[in-house]
Amino acid sequence: MTREELTSRVTQAVMEALARRAGGADGTEAPCPRPPLPDLTDPAFKAQVLVENPNNPEGLAQMKRRTPARIAVGNAGPRLRTQTYLTLRAEHAGAQDAVFRDVSPELLKELDLVSFSTLCRDRNEHLTRPDLGRRFSPETLEDMKKRCVRSPQVQVYLSDGLSSQAVEANGADILPALMDGLHDEGLRVGPPFFVRFGRVPAMDVVSETLDAEVTCVLIGERPGLATANSMSAYISYRATVGMPESRRTVVSNIHAAGIPAVEAGAHIAQLIRTILEKQTSGVELQQ
Amino acid sequence: MILKTVLSGRTYQFQSVKEVLAKANEEKSGDVLAGLAAESASERIAAKEVLANLLLSDLREHPSVEYETDDITRMDQDGVNEAIYREIRGCSVGEFREWLLAYSTDENDIRRIRKGLTAEMIAGVAKIMSNLDLLYAANKMRIQTHCNTTMGIRGTFSTRLQPNHPTDDLDGITASLYEGLSYGSGDALIGLNPVSDSVASCAAVLERFAQIKEKWDIPTQCCVLAHITTQMEAIRQGAPADMIFQSIAGSQKGNEAFGFTTQTVREAQALLRRQGTGTGPNVLYFETGQGSELSSGAHFDTDQVTMEARCYAFAKQFDPFMVNTVVGFIGPEYLYDSKQVIRAGLEDHFMGKLTGLPMGCDCCYTNHMQADQNDLELLTLALASAGCTYVIGVPASDDVMLNYQSNAYQDAAAVREILGLRPIAEFEAWLEKMGIMENGRLTSRAGDASIFLETRGGIA
Repeated sequence: MTREELTSRVTQAVMEALARRAGGADGTEAPCPRPPLPDLTDPAFKAQVLVENPNNPEGLAQMKRRTPARIAVGNAGPRLRTQTYLTLRAEHAGAQDAVFRDVSPELLKELDLVSFSTLCRDRNEHLTRPDLGRRFSPETLEDMKKRCVRSPQVQVYLSDGLSSQAVEANGADILPALMDGLHDEGLRVGPPFFVRFGRVPAMDVVSETLDAEVTCVLIGERPGLATANSMSAYISYRATVGMPESRRTVVSNIHAAGIPAVEAGAHIAQLIRTILEKQTSGVELQQ
Repeated sequence: MILKTVLSGRTYQFQSVKEVLAKANEEKSGDVLAGLAAESASERIAAKEVLANLLLSDLREHPSVEYETDDITRMDQDGVNEAIYREIRGCSVGEFREWLLAYSTDENDIRRIRKGLTAEMIAGVAKIMSNLDLLYAANKMRIQTHCNTTMGIRGTFSTRLQPNHPTDDLDGITASLYEGLSYGSGDALIGLNPVSDSVASCAAVLERFAQIKEKWDIPTQCCVLAHITTQMEAIRQGAPADMIFQSIAGSQKGNEAFGFTTQTVREAQALLRRQGTGTGPNVLYFETGQGSELSSGAHFDTDQVTMEARCYAFAKQFDPFMVNTVVGFIGPEYLYDSKQVIRAGLEDHFMGKLTGLPMGCDCCYTNHMQADQNDLELLTLALASAGCTYVIGVPASDDVMLNYQSNAYQDAAAVREILGLRPIAEFEAWLEKMGIMENGRLTSRAGDASIFLETRGGIA
């Protein structure tokens, strides 16, 4: 195709498209509403077998159902097919957005949560300096003491961790469920708050600062491709800075396709009651 | 030993060899986190200049972890061939770099000099090499090993097939495994990272692998990457394993944090001699990765490139069948972005090969790093062009158990075609027999895992 032919074809195509959008050059043709393309991340869309003419179509479909791995995807030469490639990129983009975004002020307002920040100044510092994500400035700690209850039986807080999106997706369900559960047990619970740029061991500082018997952080986990919404609860009896990791009790995989947030909230309330009774947490609790 | 230099009129004074080694590193977030990195771009170059003028003897005499307290230092120092070391001890690090790159230096020359090197010398020279230097020098070296098949022959490029599953479901694992085989993946190894570290689960997967390998007569090796002690117990109970795997660190303390000692690895080797299903002599598999020592507080104020070189000094004691860095798995606090991951991948491959190891690379990244599949693919192609022994293959690049991305099963086929490389010969012959590969290229039958169902109709 020569350059002139190409220009002429492109011009014609653009003119036609403009005419369609305008409802036809003579005003007779109505615009035709088209449904959008399917969502690349839709599980039903992803469940398709993309191998052309497989040896055993039924067997291949059966294999695909046995694993969430991306198998039976076919190929374009020695590369991925377009649909598989774009789905991967879409899910990676979703995971990256989950890490690099902030929890919205609207959610914190809706849940009536005060917000405290660790020593990290921005998201990049949060990702590269886990040592700063577990510490607070003296001013922040003073502020925390002023705005919270001293020596509660239980102190719960939300934190972004490595997925703000997990907080957005689960926060409004898990927090009320957990708080209701704890109140039903008749426990003395400090008002929950939010910690921005938080890492798990920040809970040890919270525990020492407020003299909490049990501290529980609900925190966003590192996103996978399958979900960026996964949250975990780390719970410890009398957490202290520098204590072994084995003293934390963990409830992980909290998201719609794992343990749903409301259910997780009720479960964690029960777990906290047990921890208070046994006066221990982590590995020792299991023994 | 001169630890001072002037750069653009400014004087830079360093206090120790260790400080020079750390500050001479290309920028890595893990060195910043450890408080060891150069404070400016100029200080980094000043450190490189000082390092280039240190002698190899200066690096030998200043191991990063004390001889008395660390068995890796002891094994590395005591293993030096003193006659060869005497020939090179007066050579500066800068001269050593030029010697490695010289037209007149060939693979045999390097094979000989290698016996006089310690981890700190190998790390030192890597720090004053550019990315292309690292590739060019590494390309001179091939390391051949044998378990059931021979890996690392010039002109080959292999893969570990990694059929992980989030609940270790045997049929789910098998489905991923067949998918990988159908793309010609798995000539280096069929190796699973299990979710469960139980002996029973490890044994069950090993049994399944052995059945598949036997049924289809596949010339390769199999392994389940549970903890070393779990694998050993499974083997004692009769599970069929060709190899034993362990993640390793660059200090004795780091290895202890991983829950094993040098003695454990020796016992594993002895156990495989008696009860392993692999032919050998190379029956161990190690994984490494820059930053793991810092994460367990076992880095002794040493930078992560030097600690990585010390992992290789440990690995070589056991003549492993395969070693790879899991380069982008550890996260942005150690390797911040694709630039740092690519650099680390090239350093690790070069240092491993110079140590004499069959070095591969898990070219990978996590979702909280500033890196994506495009970066990983470039790293893979660069490494393969320089003779990297093997990479990993997972379904469409997504590992649904470890939640990170590595190479897709398809990638090795594309890389082999671009660079004219082949799988291990026996494995290629098997692929041809199965109709998956022809004249070094995948056929139209490739990518259809259901060809493995034809005789039985069901999954296994």
